[in-house]
Amino acid sequence: MEYNAPAGKNLFDNAKVVGKPTRRIDGPLKTTGTAPYAYERHDVVPGQVYGYVLGAGIAKGRIAAMDVSAARAMPGVLAIVTAPDTKPVGKGMGNTAPLFGGRDIAHYHQAIALVVAETFEQARAASSVIRVEYERQKGAFDLASAAPGAPLDTTRGGEPDQVRTGDFEAAYHAAYVQLDERYTTPDESHAMMEPHASIAAWEGEKLTLWTSNQMIAWNKGSVGDILDMEPDNVRLDSPYLGGGFGGKLFVRADAVLAALGAKAAGRPVKVMLQRPLIYNNTTHRPASIQRLRIGAGKDGRISAIAHEGWSGNLPGGSGENTVQQTRQLYAGDHRLTANYLATLDLPEGNAMRAPGEASGHMALEVAMDELAEKLDMCPVELRIVNDTQTVPDEPEIKFSDRNLVRCLREGAERFGWANRNKTPGGLRDGRWLIGMGMAAGYRNGPVGKSAARVKLDRRGRVTVETDMTDIGTGSYTIIAQTAAEVMGVPLKQVTVRLGDSAYPASAGSGGQWGAASSTAGVYAACVNLRRAIGEKLGFDGDAATFDNSRIAVDGGSFALTDAGALSATGEMTYGDFQDDYSVGTFASHFCEIAVDAYTGESFIRRMLSVCDAGRILNPVSARSQVIGAMAMSVGATLTEELAVDKRFGFFVNHDMAGYEVPVHADIPHQEVVFLDTLDPVISPMKAKGVGELGICGPTAAVANALYNATGIRVREYPLTLDKYLDRLPAV
Amino acid sequence: MRSFTYERAKTPQQAAAAVAGTPGGKFIAGGTNLLDLMKLEIETPVHLVDVQDVGLDRIEPTEAGGLRIGALVSNTALSADARVMRDYAVLTRAIQAGASGQLRNKATTGGNLLQRTRCPYFYDTNMPCNKRDPGAGCAAKDGYSRQLGVIGISESCIATYPGDMAVALRVLDAVVETIDADGETRSIPIADFHSLWGDTPHIENVLADGEMITAVTLPRPLGGKHIYHKVRDRRSYAFALVSVAAVIQPDGTGRVAFGGMAPKPWRVAAAEAALPQGAAAVAARAFADAQPTDHNRYKISLAERTLAGVLAEARS
Repeated sequence: MEYNAPAGKNLFDNAKVVGKPTRRIDGPLKTTGTAPYAYERHDVVPGQVYGYVLGAGIAKGRIAAMDVSAARAMPGVLAIVTAPDTKPVGKGMGNTAPLFGGRDIAHYHQAIALVVAETFEQARAASSVIRVEYERQKGAFDLASAAPGAPLDTTRGGEPDQVRTGDFEAAYHAAYVQLDERYTTPDESHAMMEPHASIAAWEGEKLTLWTSNQMIAWNKGSVGDILDMEPDNVRLDSPYLGGGFGGKLFVRADAVLAALGAKAAGRPVKVMLQRPLIYNNTTHRPASIQRLRIGAGKDGRISAIAHEGWSGNLPGGSGENTVQQTRQLYAGDHRLTANYLATLDLPEGNAMRAPGEASGHMALEVAMDELAEKLDMCPVELRIVNDTQTVPDEPEIKFSDRNLVRCLREGAERFGWANRNKTPGGLRDGRWLIGMGMAAGYRNGPVGKSAARVKLDRRGRVTVETDMTDIGTGSYTIIAQTAAEVMGVPLKQVTVRLGDSAYPASAGSGGQWGAASSTAGVYAACVNLRRAIGEKLGFDGDAATFDNSRIAVDGGSFALTDAGALSATGEMTYGDFQDDYSVGTFASHFCEIAVDAYTGESFIRRMLSVCDAGRILNPVSARSQVIGAMAMSVGATLTEELAVDKRFGFFVNHDMAGYEVPVHADIPHQEVVFLDTLDPVISPMKAKGVGELGICGPTAAVANALYNATGIRVREYPLTLDKYLDRLPAV
Repeated sequence: MRSFTYERAKTPQQAAAAVAGTPGGKFIAGGTNLLDLMKLEIETPVHLVDVQDVGLDRIEPTEAGGLRIGALVSNTALSADARVMRDYAVLTRAIQAGASGQLRNKATTGGNLLQRTRCPYFYDTNMPCNKRDPGAGCAAKDGYSRQLGVIGISESCIATYPGDMAVALRVLDAVVETIDADGETRSIPIADFHSLWGDTPHIENVLADGEMITAVTLPRPLGGKHIYHKVRDRRSYAFALVSVAAVIQPDGTGRVAFGGMAPKPWRVAAAEAALPQGAAAVAARAFADAQPTDHNRYKISLAERTLAGVLAEARS
């Protein structure tokens, strides 16, 4: 089914199931510990043994020698796969750093050996007696020193990533007020609960990987490329993920080594990347340096805006597009946006929840706060006067449905913004300095082709099969809601099976496209099933009404079970009419913070996000997405930083104690409001994603609140107390 | 983790003898730190002597009017003991500021005193570390040192003692009781228990090989206001950047010790005497000899400011 014109009124506008607050249908499995996550799939294949990964102890250089003789003699050891004895494996989609093989070391904790043993403990013990000699090479590990000479980023589409509209320099110099500031964001880790994990089993030429991966169809092909085998001989199965955040978009070393280890040992092998490897072996959100220059008139209207971003990556890796939201969020006739990319020898930078935009808002939305102060203008009003309904660099492109101003006004009203103290550092409550901050948020609303198979059985039960993944987001539930709605059955009559590459290819989970895309694909399959039912029973499936397990047709009705067992597949694809629109999601974010005037400790008091993301398919799981992203925003603003050791070239704090994500006590109160909006351009569902919108802006709201509380502006994230302690009032 | 042998001792002396008699032997109580270190091969004992069956799990009054805390009393039990909450509240507050509820259920009084530093370079066996591998050098000194020590450190090692409980015990002038393989006992003032690193950062306390902690005794209650303020980057499950344990009397005199600054809870008599003059006077004396890095210089003013907040709380 091709979606080739904006949706008119359709069955989702009178929905009984879609859009209703619905508890996760997979909740009981999760709360009872019985959801089958990759590493615990003991039942899928007998004879599983354990792999333990050895990571490189240097950041750049070569393995001069590796002695595994002592390890081979250890109890329980079945096989050892070493990098020097393995031809470098290929690269899959999205891979930059070498996954395994050869003597060259491109980054710290690159996998260099896998020990396979009967037990995990035996594999671990044997890995520790492998002796490695390295030839170290010098590397570039400091973005700040590499940035000045960095060229424009050409990794998105091949062209230098610079967009100019009008004459920025002239307009900036002529502006009534000017702002010119630099901001830095650190490297960040996904630090998801479930580390990367895979079980591999070979049956002749055929490989099955029970794994934890966001993108099944992509990575079936990628495993083929990496291991130089036919993708048709690869099966991936990933029904549950304990978080991904972009870190599991691509194939990582766990899957590769499980496959190689299983081949070497002649047994199924399970590999979970050990927690200390997650930070340096896998991917991370790269650090950025960002410069904002904004010129505005006395009325706050932006006349000139420039946003330039610098990031670094391994040779061949892509850059972080920190300026993306600046191309969409505010009006202004004279514009310059550009991304520069330096070459570094740190671990691979790659996608992490709202790549580019999460970091970009941390600069842009603080700059807007600073601009508001220069103008002596309310930060909410400043954003309202600069709203636009067309893309500033491409005025012929209009936003499909943009309600940023409503988000801002409703957020301000609900949060009590009018009552805030406007003098930075001016509100004290005992030992606490109190502040409020806000920010706007933008994240694009992508959608992509997605397929599903829908089966009806003789008892009227509906089963959906698609390789879509549920990375904790609630895919199972919204897919069940969609099928229940279209097939006219109660939610409990629907079974959803996800994550198996044997199922029709979905859009997968990433870039906040999963919910909109996968449900549209399920809709397409259900329409085909309705047609098949109509064909069998002699009516037009498109004209019938499916409701309450019955089918009403012109002049009569059927029970759904009259159709017997039937199955249909369907795929939603998208016509190019969408190119005439910019499809985005919008939000306002608010935060109140308390800062200890003595110690500088900062404590969030409350947060609010008001989101405009089209139809909300399930307010329960959508809220869960947004509050999770708000919590992640607090971490990004206040604590999270992969600390770079610029001598040894690695992220030093590589465990859960050292890389500090927020704990529950850091997140006392969150409120999420979804505007009741519909986007007819994106899909028949009229729904857009929210999972990444939620990390686009709350960061800056926290930072602006900290400024409002203390009167101290810190532009280097994370905003830890050591960066402003000396500027707090004397005690 | 290397393979090891394991036994469970029935009495403290038997435990001490078992460890003393086995090169590479170690005690294990709650194991909340030791097992992590063994998994990473930072600790590689060949024999573990489990002391969970030896008793020492009670808190009893002493003849001197204080409390004797068995070495195996859990952090949870100790912090929730009614006498401790009433008379030694700084101890309750310090313990509850540490780790997590689950860890405090397992962690013991004796084991907590022996927890090892959280320097990230100590935790990465690819990095040179004099504490892990004497003579190897120190990667932390010119590295990422934001959380590391500023005073009492050495060229060999700039790590801190990471705990909270011991900082409170230091202001309470607790005494550590031990027994050895021969049944000899001794009492070690907490002030003398932890060692400064000097040239031997792998030696962290004055215990002899096989000497086992049996109890910690608290002198009679001090009165005053008991405050423990732990400053950290997140609100739970994080080690102190700086912590302040204080017992402040109505006349403004009192006792104060700092955590997160040094290889041991940092208490300086001359500094403490300046308490009535305020936090700046105390900090100036306590940290006069500090040798911070650019990353952790802030700790000195943070310690002063944290103490100022504590003194304000004491006055309120």
